[in-house]
Amino acid sequence: MIGSSPRTKMPEQPPEIRARNFKEVPFGLSEELALSEASRCLNCKNPLCVQGCPVGVKIPEFIKLIKEEQFAAAARKIKETNALPAVCGRVCPQEVQCEAKCILGIKHEPVAIGYLERFCADYEREMELTEIPEPAPPTGKRVAVIGSGPSGLTVAGDLVKLGHEVVIFEALHKPGGVLTYGIPEFRLPKKIVQAEVDNLIKQGADLQVDSVMGKMRSVDELMNEDGFDAVYIGVGAGLPRFMNIPGENLNNIYSANEYLTRVNLMKAYLFPIYATPVEKGKKVAVIGGGNVAMDSVRTALRLGAEKAMIVYRRAKEQLPGRKEEVHHAEQEGVEFHLLHNPIRYIGDENGCVKAMECIKMELGEPDSSGRRRPIPIEGSEFMLECDMVIVSIGTGANPVIFSTLPDVNRNKWGYIEVNEETMETSKPFVYAGGDIVTGSATVIQAMGAGRIAANAIHKKLSEQPKKKKDK
Amino acid sequence: MVREYRIIEKSEIVPNVHKFVIRDHSIARKAQAGQFVLVMANEKGERIPLTLSDWDLKEGTITLYVLELGVSTMELIDLCEGDSLFSLAGPLGHEAEVKKFGRVLLGGGCFGVGGIYPIAKAMKEEGNHVTAIIEARSNYLIYNQEEIGSVVDELYITTSDGSMGLKGHVQDQLAELIKNGKRYDRAYFMGCTFMLMKCSEATRPQKIPTGVALNAIMLDGTGMCGCCRVSVGGETKFACVDGPELDGHAVDWDELFIRKHIYREEEAVSYQSHACRSMTGYERDRKTPEGGGA
Ligand SMILES: Cc1cc2nc3c(=O)[nH]c(=O)nc-3n(C[C@H](O)[C@H](O)[C@H](O)COP(=O)(O)OP(=O)(O)OC[C@H]3O[C@@H](n4cnc5c(N)ncnc54)[C@H](O)[C@@H]3O)c2cc1C
Ligand SMILES: Cc1cc2nc3c(=O)[nH]c(=O)nc-3n(C[C@H](O)[C@H](O)[C@H](O)COP(=O)(O)OP(=O)(O)OC[C@H]3O[C@@H](n4cnc5c(N)ncnc54)[C@H](O)[C@@H]3O)c2cc1C
Ligand code: SF4
Ligand code: FES
Repeated sequence: MIGSSPRTKMPEQPPEIRARNFKEVPFGLSEELALSEASRCLNCKNPLCVQGCPVGVKIPEFIKLIKEEQFAAAARKIKETNALPAVCGRVCPQEVQCEAKCILGIKHEPVAIGYLERFCADYEREMELTEIPEPAPPTGKRVAVIGSGPSGLTVAGDLVKLGHEVVIFEALHKPGGVLTYGIPEFRLPKKIVQAEVDNLIKQGADLQVDSVMGKMRSVDELMNEDGFDAVYIGVGAGLPRFMNIPGENLNNIYSANEYLTRVNLMKAYLFPIYATPVEKGKKVAVIGGGNVAMDSVRTALRLGAEKAMIVYRRAKEQLPGRKEEVHHAEQEGVEFHLLHNPIRYIGDENGCVKAMECIKMELGEPDSSGRRRPIPIEGSEFMLECDMVIVSIGTGANPVIFSTLPDVNRNKWGYIEVNEETMETSKPFVYAGGDIVTGSATVIQAMGAGRIAANAIHKKLSEQPKKKKDK
Repeated sequence: MVREYRIIEKSEIVPNVHKFVIRDHSIARKAQAGQFVLVMANEKGERIPLTLSDWDLKEGTITLYVLELGVSTMELIDLCEGDSLFSLAGPLGHEAEVKKFGRVLLGGGCFGVGGIYPIAKAMKEEGNHVTAIIEARSNYLIYNQEEIGSVVDELYITTSDGSMGLKGHVQDQLAELIKNGKRYDRAYFMGCTFMLMKCSEATRPQKIPTGVALNAIMLDGTGMCGCCRVSVGGETKFACVDGPELDGHAVDWDELFIRKHIYREEEAVSYQSHACRSMTGYERDRKTPEGGGA
């Protein structure tokens, strides 16, 4: 039968070469490979894959268009529900979403939906077949979008299409959120993010960078003085957490956010052509096991680390990172120190970290999240030599915008509470979505929230009479 | 609205200290005393913090004083009137704590001579008796004294070579004032790290509540990276969002000195011809106040 043919392997740079450069690891599928992979899809009547997709991408339909060699049309089919397929094809955890559900996975291997998504999105962009949709007639309504990560970009794209005037305010000097400052070039080339933002601007969205909202302007000022009818808050969860253990402020101990921002946003890997420096550790320990930790450790390798280590307090099965990233890291020679946790750092005479004391862990009873809780094994402490540490144990809600936004309800972790059907906050006409609502999650979830909010904003504003504005 | 960050005025007011007046209505209308901006001179530049040293609501301009130190400040200084900055974000950080304290003492060194002006003005407007002390290496490097003088009750100048005012530093003048029986209810210092530490030591015996404008290395300036973290009273604070004003008597100065010099090798690579290249940055900060026209 069709599906029993083996799943296409993605051609990629060999590990020993790619571990020393910043070029993208997988090359993407050729037309030939894409056609052969697409031919494995059964075009199910009741496609389970779609149920696994957080935004319900019409998977069998786009794959059918690939089979018919209508690659750009396939990309447009995805875009009906997912605005950023070139991004999602690269960074979505397909193995726990669509591909986990694919019927072929039961007996054989699931269709490589992510590879196909990436293929047609790249085709559309590279062949310059991207269509800029004609916006609906102007509605006269203005919406401010705060934050230009995947959720803010989705809201902006949807609302511009519907004829609303949209201004995106971004704190940094470049748009894209984590896609720009966090996820490295070798996993998500920045020109792809830029192309998506360029399209949004072509559609008429106004992008204001260097705009730290809550400081330069408050939400109330946007609504009461600047004539915005609604505001969407998509500021992400950018506050780095530390473990608060002794020695954590030694030099060469970075938060993953700082390390990745220096390298990706500021291009410190091209220092001194780009002026921002970053330290280049030889023995680098990354604390944590998620995507952020994998990105950090693989970046350290590319910056010349001889020993790049993941130090994670649970076991391999619990590593929360995308499977492909963990696998890539292993291939590139990253060492995994599992069931280990640092308890203090030791510095040298210059105030730089030179070692950390670790304790071994064992897994106990499952905690409230259902994961088995790591418990320190008394007396198992030992020293691990390292000249750089990257702390990647998660992030929290950045309080900057909230200092001037007291009337938006937040939960005990500081994330915004919303009505999940509309993404509206406790403050009328103020919406929120993405990581600032869920805590660190995924690109596709942030985009899904953006789409719900855009629909709700459109509905609510359409019900409002046109008001006179002073500006 | 397009923000251009155009340089309206630029001049070297004393050797190595450049005054920039930049048009940006958005920041000018929200600026508060003690806040700062993050600036990139060009697309490949670093994001560096600079203190909002004055602003004009009507003109929509802000004033910055830039001390030439390394590559990033040099690249700024290479820009001309009419040019635009690549990036300008702000106002960032909390405003300085300004209220009716009674007798307030302000001290400024290097860029802080420019930066304490708005604080002096705001303190005076609150009805405080304001004393300011400013310092430089030599008389020809003193700037901003007329502006500050026009808003404070008493202004003192110190120079390292004694060519103007007291020979010494802010903390020496402060010690003398205290010796002469002057009492202060509040102190605030802005300048290089060494000076902040020395001045905080000087106010400790009298238990004068002391705010210092901490100048940790920054990257985003919005609390997103943690590179500006400092230990204050045993707790980690982010200077960009919890400060820049922090309690001078609680700061872990040794840690801050070390953290400030993490990139000293890279800075040297970046700017081989740095004036102080014969000393490491750590020693430089420890021995002499940075800047001041070194
Ligand atoms: C290193 C890393 C790797 C990841 N890898 C993956 C992956 O492989 N797959 C996956 O699905 N997910 C991954 N994630 C998670 C994913 O990137 C996030 O869930 C997603 O980006 C959240 O989108 P967002 O729009 O909510 O926020 P963000 O992408 O965080 O964007 C928020 C934006 O708002 C801006 N902002 C913040 N405060 C203000 C303010 N006051 N005013 C104006 N602007 C402001 C920020 O500068 C930022 O640009 C990764 C995250 C990181 C950090
Ligand atoms: C809140 C704050 C306000 C400041 N206000 C002013 C001001 O009004 N005028 C002024 O001239 N300077 C000010 N500074 C200092 C200024 O930011 C640094 O002098 C500048 O970044 C040096 O960059 P450089 O490349 O020229 O020098 P480099 O050779 O790179 O470094 C020289 C020294 O500057 C410090 N430094 C380097 N990079 C940074 C960075 N990204 N952030 C902070 N410090 C850094 C380091 O301690 C280093 O030892 C302020 C700093 C802070 C934190
Ligand atoms: S479940 Fe698998 S085989 Fe069925 S439509 Fe989806 S991708 Fe194709
Ligand atoms: S500069 Fe990044 S958190 Fe302060």
